[in-house]
Amino acid sequence: MPEKPNETVKIKSAKKMRDLMTAYYLEALSAGQNHKPVAWITSGGPVEPLVAMDIIPVYPENHGAMIGSAKMGEDLCAKAEDMGYSSDLCSYARADIACSVVKGGPIGGLPKPDMLICCNNICGTVLKWYEVQARFYNVPLFIFDTPICHGAYTPEIARYVRTQIDEYIAFLETVTQRKLDHDRMNEVGKLSLEGQRLWQKVLNTTAHKPSPMSAFDAFFFLALIVTLRGTRIAVDFYKELIEEMEQRIRDGVSSVPNERYRLLWDNLPVWHRLKWLSSKFSDHHACLVADTYTSAWCGTIKYIDENRFLDSMAEAYTRIYLNIGVDQMAEEVLNMIRFYDIDGFVMHSNRSCKPYSFGQMDIMRIVREKTGIPVLMIEADMTDPRSFSESQVETRIDAFMEIIKQRRG
Amino acid sequence: MKDIECFHDAVSHIPETASQIKKQGRKIMGYLCSYAPEELIHAAGFHPMRLFSSKSDIVLAENHLQSYCCSLVRGILEDSLNGRLDFLDGAVFPHTCDSMQRLSDIWRMNNRYAFFADVVLPAKLNTESAGIYMTEVLARFKKDLEAAIGKDIPDTEIKASISLFNRIRKNLSALYDLNSRHPGLISGRDLYALVKGSMIMDRKEAADRLANIVSHLEKMSPPVKPGKRLILSGSVCDTPDIFDAIETAGGVLVGDDLCTGQRWFEGPVMEDTPPLSAMAQRYRDRVTCPAKHSGLTTRAENLVSLVQKTRADGVVFLMLKFCDPHTFDYPYLKERLDGAGIKSMIFEMDDQQQSLAQFSTRIETFIHMI
Ligand code: SF4
Ligand code: SF4
Ligand code: SF4
Repeated sequence: MPEKPNETVKIKSAKKMRDLMTAYYLEALSAGQNHKPVAWITSGGPVEPLVAMDIIPVYPENHGAMIGSAKMGEDLCAKAEDMGYSSDLCSYARADIACSVVKGGPIGGLPKPDMLICCNNICGTVLKWYEVQARFYNVPLFIFDTPICHGAYTPEIARYVRTQIDEYIAFLETVTQRKLDHDRMNEVGKLSLEGQRLWQKVLNTTAHKPSPMSAFDAFFFLALIVTLRGTRIAVDFYKELIEEMEQRIRDGVSSVPNERYRLLWDNLPVWHRLKWLSSKFSDHHACLVADTYTSAWCGTIKYIDENRFLDSMAEAYTRIYLNIGVDQMAEEVLNMIRFYDIDGFVMHSNRSCKPYSFGQMDIMRIVREKTGIPVLMIEADMTDPRSFSESQVETRIDAFMEIIKQRRG
Repeated sequence: MKDIECFHDAVSHIPETASQIKKQGRKIMGYLCSYAPEELIHAAGFHPMRLFSSKSDIVLAENHLQSYCCSLVRGILEDSLNGRLDFLDGAVFPHTCDSMQRLSDIWRMNNRYAFFADVVLPAKLNTESAGIYMTEVLARFKKDLEAAIGKDIPDTEIKASISLFNRIRKNLSALYDLNSRHPGLISGRDLYALVKGSMIMDRKEAADRLANIVSHLEKMSPPVKPGKRLILSGSVCDTPDIFDAIETAGGVLVGDDLCTGQRWFEGPVMEDTPPLSAMAQRYRDRVTCPAKHSGLTTRAENLVSLVQKTRADGVVFLMLKFCDPHTFDYPYLKERLDGAGIKSMIFEMDDQQQSLAQFSTRIETFIHMI
């Protein structure tokens, strides 16, 4: 899992989080021995039915983040290129595809899937990536097709996605030869929603000045809402985390010593440079207090009805941050700038992630026009370090911070 | 022959072609991607025109799309921002790849034309619910068009358009078929001008001229010296020099898996079923583009069977740099071709590509090898 950057007063919950994630991966890795089915699922995919059916969800993207943090991305991506994959493809996909073949990476590869669940609400890459894996492992693939909502969530999209929830459950029942217990499903739905609300609350604590945690912490604590969404574990953990954050606020403990500037981050983290980036900004007394990425896992709470979880899930999964128009994304960015009282916006132009990165320049223009805050765009890739230039990024961060300082006086 | 010249004219002077169409009082609707419901656009009284990049330098689009976006998408945006597409009255974006998806947003947010529509097709084609959704999306698009023209589009109009487009498809298929039986009967440069022209010029004119060309070619005596039989596979091939280079190296094109080729025109829309479901059905049945899913091995099976049907000696993959859907499929397609004993080569290019020296060397080597 992603490494935790150093800071003045450590967040105590980090250890617990690490233990939970270790336990989760141990369980997943021993699923075969325990005769538990394993499903690989995309990070934005509807995991709740899996949890309700005791299928262990495994997230290649979370694994990709681990690979990136462990600085094993370059090697695995290069292996995929030897296999014929273009170096311009998403580095999560490249690393994962290679990892399946060579059993490499920080945990020696993910447990073999019994089925694959691909929800394309994040990108078209996952569609191709999961096709590759479905051929490689020769296991059934379910595609949960969530048409992009450039504008409205139309009735035909609603019907199509809703129908697929039934198809999805039928698929799971066929593969596992088990029935979904609807009471259990309701319970998981409630836990999922509660987890998302708590996660939102965790992220909201950073509206406080100084911020008790940073986006770098959020990148780390995110793993639970992704992998254990719909479980009591996630709910209990985030409750504790909120308590700790509130205590930090009461004690005046800040993430960045003498926080003076508050920044917003866009796009995936640069996993292989977390520590480095965190200290670069921290040196300028700047705290990345929020980001558009981790908030995606609680961004559609408004669509969820816990008493009709399966029905409302259709809309919630379809209208996530990446599956909407760039103008709507810009709106959300503006809201975050207001809510967190942001002084500057840092955009990670991520070679790997086209749906997240194309449109960024229009968002940049809108943010400049509407708020006047400085915007910095840095070129990187979340897992593959080969396109990253430390010296260049450093110079740009320094220049950007200079502008912010002048502006703020 | 004159008919072929007309196609060359239309594709090499697109603004002139557009202005002639406008002179006849028709509005022009640009569309991106081979999944655009051209028949509906046409039935609404618009002239559907597929957009290609004019391959001009990227200047204005630099402010909207990073350099790691495919050259086709960047090139088309550049043309729009630069005013080179000001003859358009609107544009239609079928949902395909991530780059197109965002181009649609950027286009809409910087729109210069009266009409804009997304046609958010399903990504998965091989389920019943996707089929239903596809038909509903077409119905929505029809409504959008009706709102724009201020009147209903009767089924009879749609049917008439379908039969016109089917005529184009039928003639293009016949041409490919002739050419694959007698390679060299028509040059690659001509053949692809006919395909591209059929996406650009007046459709009735295209259909009539194609019919003339087919009957003319049918009467010609087949050439004596055929070369190595090749299939092209990729997204868009909008670089006619590629065809020349292949022929100079001793190759002949006998078929393709391109969205500026057979993927676009192969297979008619059924004329005896309700038009929208018939159109949806064709999208589900046609040879798929890799941005869509219709089974795990469908594309490989199509490609292998195309090679066998055309008795091709090899496959040339032409990849536009930064094209995710196609580059993702390449390793498995190659593996399946290898498995079937079919030789292939890959060439990565830019739509903006100026020099083909490298391609010429590669294709020569490949042709010697097979
Ligand atoms: S990083 Fe982007 S392209 Fe890659 S899997 Fe995630 S959303 Fe898709
Ligand atoms: S390759 Fe296919 S999906 Fe992609 S733009 Fe071309 S026609 Fe559309
Ligand atoms: S060439 Fe590839 S990346 Fe470009 S628009 Fe077509 S499918 Fe998309």
